[in-house]
Amino acid sequence: MDNREQVVANQLEYLSLSKPQRALYKISHFFLDLPKRVMASLRRIPGKTRRVKQSAEGIFSSIYHAGKEGDYKTRLSFILMGFGLVTRNQILRGAFYFLYEVFFIVFMCLLGGSSLASLPFLGQIGRVTYTVIDPDFLIDVETTAYYDNSFTILLFSIITIALILILVFLWYNQLKDSLRLQRLSYIGRKASDKESFKNIFDKSYEKTLLFLPMSGLILFTIIPIIIMILIGFTNYNSAHLTPTNLFDWVGLYNFEELFSTGASTNNNIFLEVFGQVLLWTLVWAFFATFSNYFLGMIMAMIINIKGIKLKKVWRTILISTIAVPQFISLLLVSYIFSDYGVVNGILTSLGLVSGRGIPFLSDALLAKVMIILINTWVGIPYTMLICSGLLMNIPDDLYESARIDGASPLKMYIKITLPYMLFVTTPYLISQFVGNINNFNVIYLLTSGGPAFSYPVADVPYQVSSTGVGHTDLLITWIYKMTVTSNSKDYGAASVIGMLIFAVVAVISLIFYNRSNSVKNEEEFQ
Amino acid sequence: MADLSLGKKNSHYRSHKRAILTRNIFVYIFLTVISIIWLIPFVYLVFQSLSSIYSPSNFMPFLPTEENIANGYPVWTFDNYINLFTNDNYPFWRWYLNTFIISLVTMIIQTILVLGTSYALSRLRFKGRQGIMRLILVLGMFPGFLSTIIIYFTLQLFHLESNIFSLILIYIASSAMQYYIAKGFFDTIPKSLDEAAMIDGANKNTIFFKIIMPLSKPIIVYTLLISFTAPWGDFMTASYIAGGNPSMMTVAVGLQQMITLTQRVQMFPTFCAGGVVVAIPIMALFFWLQKYYVEGITGGAVKG
Repeated sequence: MDNREQVVANQLEYLSLSKPQRALYKISHFFLDLPKRVMASLRRIPGKTRRVKQSAEGIFSSIYHAGKEGDYKTRLSFILMGFGLVTRNQILRGAFYFLYEVFFIVFMCLLGGSSLASLPFLGQIGRVTYTVIDPDFLIDVETTAYYDNSFTILLFSIITIALILILVFLWYNQLKDSLRLQRLSYIGRKASDKESFKNIFDKSYEKTLLFLPMSGLILFTIIPIIIMILIGFTNYNSAHLTPTNLFDWVGLYNFEELFSTGASTNNNIFLEVFGQVLLWTLVWAFFATFSNYFLGMIMAMIINIKGIKLKKVWRTILISTIAVPQFISLLLVSYIFSDYGVVNGILTSLGLVSGRGIPFLSDALLAKVMIILINTWVGIPYTMLICSGLLMNIPDDLYESARIDGASPLKMYIKITLPYMLFVTTPYLISQFVGNINNFNVIYLLTSGGPAFSYPVADVPYQVSSTGVGHTDLLITWIYKMTVTSNSKDYGAASVIGMLIFAVVAVISLIFYNRSNSVKNEEEFQ
Repeated sequence: MADLSLGKKNSHYRSHKRAILTRNIFVYIFLTVISIIWLIPFVYLVFQSLSSIYSPSNFMPFLPTEENIANGYPVWTFDNYINLFTNDNYPFWRWYLNTFIISLVTMIIQTILVLGTSYALSRLRFKGRQGIMRLILVLGMFPGFLSTIIIYFTLQLFHLESNIFSLILIYIASSAMQYYIAKGFFDTIPKSLDEAAMIDGANKNTIFFKIIMPLSKPIIVYTLLISFTAPWGDFMTASYIAGGNPSMMTVAVGLQQMITLTQRVQMFPTFCAGGVVVAIPIMALFFWLQKYYVEGITGGAVKG
């Protein structure tokens, strides 16, 4: 009961505050409650582990039962996958399990086993160069033979581990199914291929629908991400490029090299550059997301005003700019505002500027402002498109009654429009924010990250100097420069920065995602 | 209200009307200015594509009189378009064809996969549904470019890099990550429809194709549109996978290289001509399908 009194007291305290104080109160309590919420989630851990334990027990008990109660068909399924199913009339499914087992054994013999064995060292010998005497001309010819390839070893090891996991999953499933069919046969029911065929379109329809998309996701997103994370713990860079050279595990070396503040100025410069790029990435994502959101919403509201004619024409004009592919409009605008672009050209011929013209995209601060402005130019039509329909969905009587009560348009916007829009669009806003943190196109096509940083000392770490990282670079364009355009090809460092992007994005979006109403009330809409 | 005389009410009404009129005039002026700001770069694009040379101080080319040509002014011409399709260094035809094939194949397969995933996650209830949605959310937080690097290395092992089919495969493999908008749409269709059909003996496949799909025309069109235009305008993945080989490039990569690698100023009018040619099919598609997305997607557009 003590707790309850506390809540009431808190509420009374909250109500006695003025509006700006209430906002402060909310913000401060959000942070004050953080430890409480962390504790609550920690307290949920024992329950969760119990549930995991129960399901694990379930798995082992069904394996145990299959061994104990199973007839010879079920028991043979322990080694010959699918045997129990084939002999109980589910020939197609049984054959699939069996074929997977055969494929797995062949794969392990040819590639998997040797790859897994070399995983701890990522290969012993990269290449051997030796001389052979050419019998026709009696001269020495240098020949190179390639043996191990660290990347191949890493790739096939991960694939092998994935295949092993799939094997375990399938093995368990066929065993369970075999036992189920055995029990069914006791009560005289027979399985058939027709039944499992029917299930594809009905009972297990979600598996049918999700099979291809999820395999695409595993092969082209999950496995590459795992490999990339692992590469963060290797010395994969231009000095260790495959197939010429091997790379090796280096533990946390990449993290240490990038983030240790040592006595050397070298590292401090890296940290400084990293800090600036991270700060700009966050500032950019914030402004890019919210400027587009609010300006697009205002634009939609202005076009929606009652009594404004030609609504369709205004909307079509804005939408027609979406139809031009983004890379064209961005390259075009970068050209228009370049030092020798048409804006500077016209200003010069009018005598308004002289010399080099206004450095719209080549001055650090001005370039940042221009990028955000140009991004609103690119993004407003999208937001307007999404908002104009949503705005029309707001019930008119809300505004009607507000008007009778004498509310000003601004008040109506803050009290009715904004809460409604935020309620429906929070997931969209989060995805926009995340998208902007990784917004490669706008930055790379407008400024390519420039103007480059200048350094007071000559001794600059190569992750900074060789990539030509600049004032408008985001973390993602920096990664692109590290791995694609620069010669150092520092995949290890790129992976570390990629993990940092993930950490930043994950923290930000989880805070907002869990608090958004439209996520909590998913079922409410149906 | 009774004590208000009729005359007073009228004058009040008139002043109110005048206020609305002035407001509307301001709104029209504002919208006109906005429209000009949004359209002017594209007008410039068209002018430059028809201009003989690039001149920073001229927004628009001159009439092709002999005097103007002798003075070195830019004049109206179609040469850029001819140059675009005949220049051997920049096989624009190839790029255009590549991009078209990639976009078309991606559009068809991706739409099927995205709609299937969204349908399963929205209207079917099964174990692991929340898990899959959470997994996709987390995967989306990783910079996709890092996985592109690994895919590129892997393709290199099998000598499949610089190949438009590899590019198609990469685009369609990420279909599952784009379920959000279509799922939001499916969420808004009442569940009672499914239940009624199920009582009549329809299986889930029939419900999907015979009941939900006919109701989902706007979202089908929207998904088709997005999955066609995304590869058409993608730069990052395409430049990494197909950047090395001119005959396998897409228009985005090709045109970017055209004005950044070589003499930018000389090639700018040709780039503009390329821009116009690239924009035309997308424009046509957008106007053709306008009635579907302008008000169609908005119902379920943004709910997660």
